Amino acid sequence: MKIQIRNARVIDPASGLDAVQDLCIAAGRIVALGQAPVDFHPNRVIDASGLIACPGLVDLSARLREPGLEYKATLESELLAAVAGGVTTLVCPPDTDPPLDEPGLVEMLKYRAKSLNLARVYPLGALTQKLAGERLAEMAVLRDAGCVAFSQADAPLSDTQVLLRALEYAATFDMPVWLRPQDAHLARDGVAHDGPVATRLGLRPIPACAETVALATILLLVRATGARVHLCRLSSREAVDMVRRARHDGLPVTCDVSINHLHLCDEDIGWFDANCRLVPPLRSRADRAALRAGLLDGTIDALCSDHTPVDDDAKQLPFGEAEPGATGLELLLPLTLRWAQETGLPLTEALARVTSLPARILGLDHGRLAPGLPADICLFDPAGETPVDARLLRSQGRNTPFLGQTLPGRVRLTLVEGHVVFEQPARG
Amino acid sequence: MAPNPQLDDTGKLRHLLTIEGLDAALIHSILDTAESFVGVNEREVKKVPLLRGKAIFNLFFEPSTRTRTTFEIAAKRLSADVVNLNIGASSQSKGETLLDTVDNLAAMGADMFIVRHAESGAAHFIARHVAPHIRVINAGDGRHAHPTQGLLDVFTIRRYKKDFTRLSIAIVGDIMHSRVARSEIHALTALGVPDLRVVGPRTLLPKGVEELGVRVYHDMEEGIADVDVVMMLRLQNERMRGPLLPSAGEYFKHYGLTPAKLRRAKPDAIVMHPGPMNRGVEIDSAVADGRQAVILPQVTYGIAVRMAVMSLLAGGGSA
Repeated sequence: MKIQIRNARVIDPASGLDAVQDLCIAAGRIVALGQAPVDFHPNRVIDASGLIACPGLVDLSARLREPGLEYKATLESELLAAVAGGVTTLVCPPDTDPPLDEPGLVEMLKYRAKSLNLARVYPLGALTQKLAGERLAEMAVLRDAGCVAFSQADAPLSDTQVLLRALEYAATFDMPVWLRPQDAHLARDGVAHDGPVATRLGLRPIPACAETVALATILLLVRATGARVHLCRLSSREAVDMVRRARHDGLPVTCDVSINHLHLCDEDIGWFDANCRLVPPLRSRADRAALRAGLLDGTIDALCSDHTPVDDDAKQLPFGEAEPGATGLELLLPLTLRWAQETGLPLTEALARVTSLPARILGLDHGRLAPGLPADICLFDPAGETPVDARLLRSQGRNTPFLGQTLPGRVRLTLVEGHVVFEQPARG
Repeated sequence: MAPNPQLDDTGKLRHLLTIEGLDAALIHSILDTAESFVGVNEREVKKVPLLRGKAIFNLFFEPSTRTRTTFEIAAKRLSADVVNLNIGASSQSKGETLLDTVDNLAAMGADMFIVRHAESGAAHFIARHVAPHIRVINAGDGRHAHPTQGLLDVFTIRRYKKDFTRLSIAIVGDIMHSRVARSEIHALTALGVPDLRVVGPRTLLPKGVEELGVRVYHDMEEGIADVDVVMMLRLQNERMRGPLLPSAGEYFKHYGLTPAKLRRAKPDAIVMHPGPMNRGVEIDSAVADGRQAVILPQVTYGIAVRMAVMSLLAGGGSA
């Protein structure tokens, strides 16, 4: 199958390319940008006038809920949501049921995902067996089965010695460890950021120091072990400052922030909106401003969806009892575009946070448009709109704080390895 | 901020979920209605037919004797049919969801739910869900609100002190876990109290509480100096989940209201407590039973205030 995309505004953040030109695709790869090779005879020509072609998005955190939690979502529903959102590569955390702590589970997940022929799935392996925070998982075996890094997801790891050993062991094999900094004791029972909103609503608080105390520990252990650590979904101003200093000191850490924390703060909880029940909690305006500044100045490398489909019954509860999480795969691009609009950042730079930069954290050649690379491409209409409507979401998770809003941009077509995996009719 | 979900488009009360967002005029109108019911409670036949034929469900997901009883008495004095349900023990343990429970009771013809629940926001959640003709009164949700308690407290203060805009008031104790404190703060700030203080150790004061319009004191003698009203809170042992205090004894030493400490307040200061009291923990018996205490009148007025709220929500008016 040979495809030619004509007259697209091609944006490749990695090279800084932003120009109207053609893209030629054959045998799953990009064969040319601009002038087509003389002998190139496409089977399909896509007129992309007025549309932007960028690398397929790379999402560093998307829960697919398989295995074990299929009542919340299935691989099929969530990978369809991914490609409908222009996401062609995603990383899934290991907090499935059972957790991804055995190679057989990882192989099955990879196999199931591949057979669906939608987005590419890169699992994180469990850092500890059953994510219990006690014994190390078989990391090297899990890596051979396809895990790109190791993580505790949101499960607590309160034994610092286990954390030290896990980092040492991972460093032995140069395997990255992904950690969301949170001190389990300081966050215990909490459901909302410790500040005036939680005080007013009487919600059990999670102080910002639950994040920074854990982060300080992680940074010191990185210094001690030399382990490569990716910090997941920062939420507080102080944490951004700490990471900025650590990177300045040359520590091998990277980090990401979620679309929810980039755009929302605790005030959005309003009168107990359970869609704003998230992990980590939405923090203050000042925290949000620091996260935005951190993403802008490169302290925070990547923006992720933190896609966490939750079934309606688990959300139809009072705030503190509602299950945390929000759907996000279909909102990642629109919320990146909104951020670009709000900050005036050029699209090449804004899109880098969801394409080339997260791909670099994974050490993969995705997230770029260049001859010879796999043709993972997102074609979107920058003048279009994405209404956030529970009935229109393809994900099985229908809960997000953005419900009812209309976001900028609309994905028209998504290619993975040269195959059209999603196509939106021009009208509709 | 999202619109206040307890008010209709014309600013009238549909539900009573919190005092936050109610203005002084609305609060005074509720208190005026309550005044008309005080008389009913002093009659030989303590009953008016305002809510005849209405079905009121006391929906208590958390145990309570006093609050449930006063709501029950209030409803009966308005001639409503009252059903008491202690859900904690039945449906929820069988796995029925909160919404299923509410739907089933609505199907039995409920006109009003009086809700108590351990989670903050539970009453809002139920109010958002029920059919438009059903009214919801929050009888205490987690740490969030206990609006009828807040109203009966300001009703009591109004009876003894008249002009809110000249008062100094201190709320003392476990502010962190207290829905009563939050409702009192909203009521008193709405009524224009110029000097409102909260007093307690740092572990019992929630972060950013100043933004609710109070001044924070850690020293009790300073905190209650020259106040007109001392509002004590119950030290809610059952809500303490961590090492917040070393002991009840140490707490009493610093924050218990004794006759000696009370002398720092104005000579005509009144002492209030939402009950049930822990004598010797937050309040000395000599104060609880002393001439400045208005703790039992609070209970009596609580019935009139709850009658007023039910009557207003059900469209019944005053006595």
